[in-house]
Amino acid sequence: MNLQFRVEKREQGGPLFRILAIIASILIALFVAGFLLLAAGVDPAAAYLEILREALGSSYGISETLVKTTPLIITGLAVSVAFRMQIWNIGAEGQLYMGACAATWVALFSGVQGSLTLPAMFVAAFIAGGLWASVAGLLRARWQVNEVIVTLLMNYIAILLTDYLIFGPWKNPDGFNFPITAQFSQAARFSEYFDSRLHSGFFLALFCALAIYLLMERTIWGFQVKAIGSNPAAARYAGMKTGLAIFLVLTLSGAIAGIAGFSEVAGLQHRLQHGLAPGYGYTAIIIAWLARRSALGVVIVSFLLGVLLVGGDSLQLSWQLPVAFAYAFQGLILFFLLASDFFINFRLRRITEETDG
Amino acid sequence: MVEILLDATVRAGTPILFATLGAIINERAGIINLGIEGLMLIGALSGFAATLASGSLLLGVFAAFAAAFAAGCIHAFICVQLRGNQIVSGLALTMFGIGVTALFGRGVVGQTIDGFERHAVPLLSQLPLVGKAFFQQDWLIYFSFLLVFKIWFFFYRTRWGLELRTIGENPAAADACGIQVNRYRFLAVACGSGFVGIGGAYLSLASTPMWIENMSAGRGWIAVALVIFASWSSFRALFGAYLFGGITAMQLRFQAMGTSVSAHILQMLPYVFTIIVLVISTLRLQKGASQQPGNLGQP
Amino acid sequence: MPDLLQLTHIRKTFPGVVALDDVSFSISAGEIHTLLGENGAGKSTLMNVLTGFYAPDCGSLQFEGQAVHFSSPRDSLALGIGMVHQHFMLVAAHSVFENILIALQGIPLLFPRQQLRTRIQQTIEEFSLDLELDTPVWKLSIGAQQWIELIKLLMRDCRLLILDEPTAVLTPQETDKLFSVLQRLKQQGKSIIFISHKMREVMEISDRVTILKKGCSITTLEQGDFDQHKLATLMIGSDRIPEWQKSLPFSDEIVLEIENLAVRNDRGLADLDNFSLQLKKGEILGIAGIAGNGQKALAEALTGLVRVDSGRVLAAGVDITRSCARNSYIAGIAHIPEDRKAIGIVPDLTLDENLILKNFRTKRFRHGIFQNRSAIRKNAAEKIDQFAIKAGPQGSPVRLLSGGNIQKVIIARELSEQPAVLVALYPTRGLDIGSAEYVHKVIADGASRGMSTIMISEDLDELYKICDRIAVIFRGRLIGYVDPTNASREQIGLMMSGEVPA
Repeated sequence: MNLQFRVEKREQGGPLFRILAIIASILIALFVAGFLLLAAGVDPAAAYLEILREALGSSYGISETLVKTTPLIITGLAVSVAFRMQIWNIGAEGQLYMGACAATWVALFSGVQGSLTLPAMFVAAFIAGGLWASVAGLLRARWQVNEVIVTLLMNYIAILLTDYLIFGPWKNPDGFNFPITAQFSQAARFSEYFDSRLHSGFFLALFCALAIYLLMERTIWGFQVKAIGSNPAAARYAGMKTGLAIFLVLTLSGAIAGIAGFSEVAGLQHRLQHGLAPGYGYTAIIIAWLARRSALGVVIVSFLLGVLLVGGDSLQLSWQLPVAFAYAFQGLILFFLLASDFFINFRLRRITEETDG
Repeated sequence: MVEILLDATVRAGTPILFATLGAIINERAGIINLGIEGLMLIGALSGFAATLASGSLLLGVFAAFAAAFAAGCIHAFICVQLRGNQIVSGLALTMFGIGVTALFGRGVVGQTIDGFERHAVPLLSQLPLVGKAFFQQDWLIYFSFLLVFKIWFFFYRTRWGLELRTIGENPAAADACGIQVNRYRFLAVACGSGFVGIGGAYLSLASTPMWIENMSAGRGWIAVALVIFASWSSFRALFGAYLFGGITAMQLRFQAMGTSVSAHILQMLPYVFTIIVLVISTLRLQKGASQQPGNLGQP
Repeated sequence: MPDLLQLTHIRKTFPGVVALDDVSFSISAGEIHTLLGENGAGKSTLMNVLTGFYAPDCGSLQFEGQAVHFSSPRDSLALGIGMVHQHFMLVAAHSVFENILIALQGIPLLFPRQQLRTRIQQTIEEFSLDLELDTPVWKLSIGAQQWIELIKLLMRDCRLLILDEPTAVLTPQETDKLFSVLQRLKQQGKSIIFISHKMREVMEISDRVTILKKGCSITTLEQGDFDQHKLATLMIGSDRIPEWQKSLPFSDEIVLEIENLAVRNDRGLADLDNFSLQLKKGEILGIAGIAGNGQKALAEALTGLVRVDSGRVLAAGVDITRSCARNSYIAGIAHIPEDRKAIGIVPDLTLDENLILKNFRTKRFRHGIFQNRSAIRKNAAEKIDQFAIKAGPQGSPVRLLSGGNIQKVIIARELSEQPAVLVALYPTRGLDIGSAEYVHKVIADGASRGMSTIMISEDLDELYKICDRIAVIFRGRLIGYVDPTNASREQIGLMMSGEVPA
């Protein structure tokens, strides 16, 4: 009988409430971050205005924002796929690096040439990212090893591995000893549009969003993932192989993140270098959390955070703010979002408590 | 040679030890804290800044505890009072810690202080092999020994400790016994976070007496994994932290000796080992009677 | 005798539901007062009001003539009102000693270990209970765990003890032991509220009985004013407990055979031990036993959810011992699980999706790798109609349905592929009478079509009513079969406590 009650309450706090809560969380986070900026000697109002102007104020700004949005969409999708099954892939960062490494290998060292190059890079990145994540997937599926810690620690390993390659065997012999690889040939690069840095990766990201939507909402495999994510015990009772699904989902998640690495090297950097992904894999967690279940949501939230990141980069130039400041801001958004969740569900929670009691 | 390696082991293991102990206190109360990495940075920066300003290392340690305590309160508030998602909140705390310390650390980058000095314990420091490593160290390391024992004593010999363990296992039962569940949980998260902060301060006050952006470099995550290895016991945490101190020490030693292996590959070792240890300890947990707090991670 | 505690005109509503309506109730010092009522009659809500878990909407509580107001269980405990819940409030990883210790009040921060141990040991011996202080609780039987709960209250000097269906988890012998302890406590002047719906026990122990029905207190009867028949009439509200017409005689063909099955749980203890059973076509076979004697392991072994250590399961002569849940389902074994919400449904998916949870792979519901949405919808519409499921708006998650409706969803899904065998684990637990009747009817209808059912239940009435044979399980072993038409309850009771019939 209490159950029915729970319903009424939850439906009052529908999707509209949620969107309002997200917007409110971002606004409050901006407000609080303003104090941090003030304390660091930066005028927050001017800084925020600059963020908007830089990211959205010109066609160049918008194209830059879309360039930033691209890896965010793909990694955001990667994290959200795992999320549907209550699996935490905190390792999109490392998987992105591995995807970038694999794509670079194809572009520079495999000997593949011509129109086959890009597809081969895509496949290599997809496989590399997937393999990298499959370690965590295997450990989690087989022995219930905490995937949060494993995927996270593997980020450090992936970045060190990339460093090893660019400082060592893959270093450009004509690069004046800089830790970078040689540049890719034209065949290994995405085309660019509108006389800007916007590249085909953006459309690849949108395509990924559509593919993930179809996979999750329309296929029997997506149905299984949703069932396992909502209630693993019931899924097992219904005869689903939860272990296998966990392994596959984490692997798929890593493979998608690998695509992001491919898109970054083929579309933007045109070579492998350090600092390829300044924390996209972590921002992806916020994106997945904000967007909850929807692939479209991932696209929208990625764009919003893309604005922040582009603006943040410009702050770095004009006020010498550290890049990492964007993290503080993202942390704040999450805090306030968690808090807003509570206020959406407040009455509901009390009832749940009573039913438990 | 072994003496030097052991000494380096203890010094490299101590920040991780503090962080692991702090995380254990969190998890004993049933709250997962993935913000350890961020808390270490907050502790490192505030400890360093306070020492720089006051000239007192003790004040620095207090500041590190207080700052991490305060940051832990955010996590505690979200997880305990608001029943928010503990994983997301912890990640947010880590992000917040990385960002805020980068922002405020700009002012103190490049400055140095006089870090903790060694004080030999009479007689004990003369012991062969272990004497130097364990009894010719700085005060923070001696404090960590004490803390390991105190935490065990607290959990198994005091009423508060029993009540806290009960909350971590079964909050409904604790509530039925009239224990103020939320208050305890909140305090446990905040205090545990404070000790993590001291671990961070060890980095900036003893290991390398300066502030470097992102200087914890994943140690917080290693600590999170070590909690499982330690099966929530402070003595095993000591063992685990030194194991990792040992790997770090050996890796540095290899680099110093100028092996042909790339430094980047060597630096991977602690992370690879952490994953291996995590797998082994998870397997062991499943075999034997689980020490894991029964209600871990439930809002 | 003066009233220790008095509740007058208590009303408690949850939005949309009146749980208690104008309930009055009192208990005197040194009295054993039984609260009788069906599931959902409001017994638990009333006790939750009494212990301060819920605040009543209106009405008053008086303790020793003083008006009191409880805002949390702490307040009621402070006055000496203690409750043994159906779900024990024990910490499985703690030792017996630690579990009792946390319940004690006013223990100093650094407690005197030895002294406290002695005190607890004394209480244990006073009632000659069999408890070892250092055993971790998870190693103890449910009955022993209940003793810990009781000792906790005694150590706190509670004056009013509330026991919520304490005998549901006990063997008849353990029940006798409990009753003798309760009698002693009564002599010591303690008051006891005893909640039960087993008539025999109510007759044996009660000084007074209050009957609750649909949230109202019907009446309170003094000892001597009631007999089993009268109580049942008042509780159920009609003279005759409905009898089910037994289905047609079943054939001798054996559809399922279990040979020497053994299942070990995570702790390495035997859940099932050398268990053998034969199920005939069209038969409804009841499994009687005290909760926790291997019923769950039996159901799970049959449906491929746990690993079998040794022994065989043969379905129509085919060995399915090592099959997984999916294969069992294909082999024609359907399963109504014990914990509906925990494993029966996927709460966030819709009703339509939950109905195809097991057969979502069949050709009917897919086009290649894509789901066939119109077929899924059509299937749902059929089932909703056929099983009279009260579905909410289309597309809403199934968790919003009531317990009875969720059970119908599960049954509809399980029966949709015409299984040869149905394994039903406590299928009517927690359901109102109407829904329970419906479940019985579905099972009996199935039997008339040749489906065999293994009906696992704690409720002997239920087993007597619909089963063709009853098998009794004790500590993972089959004790024997009885024929419900000529076996007495005492006989089954003895078997449930492990006595093999002569």
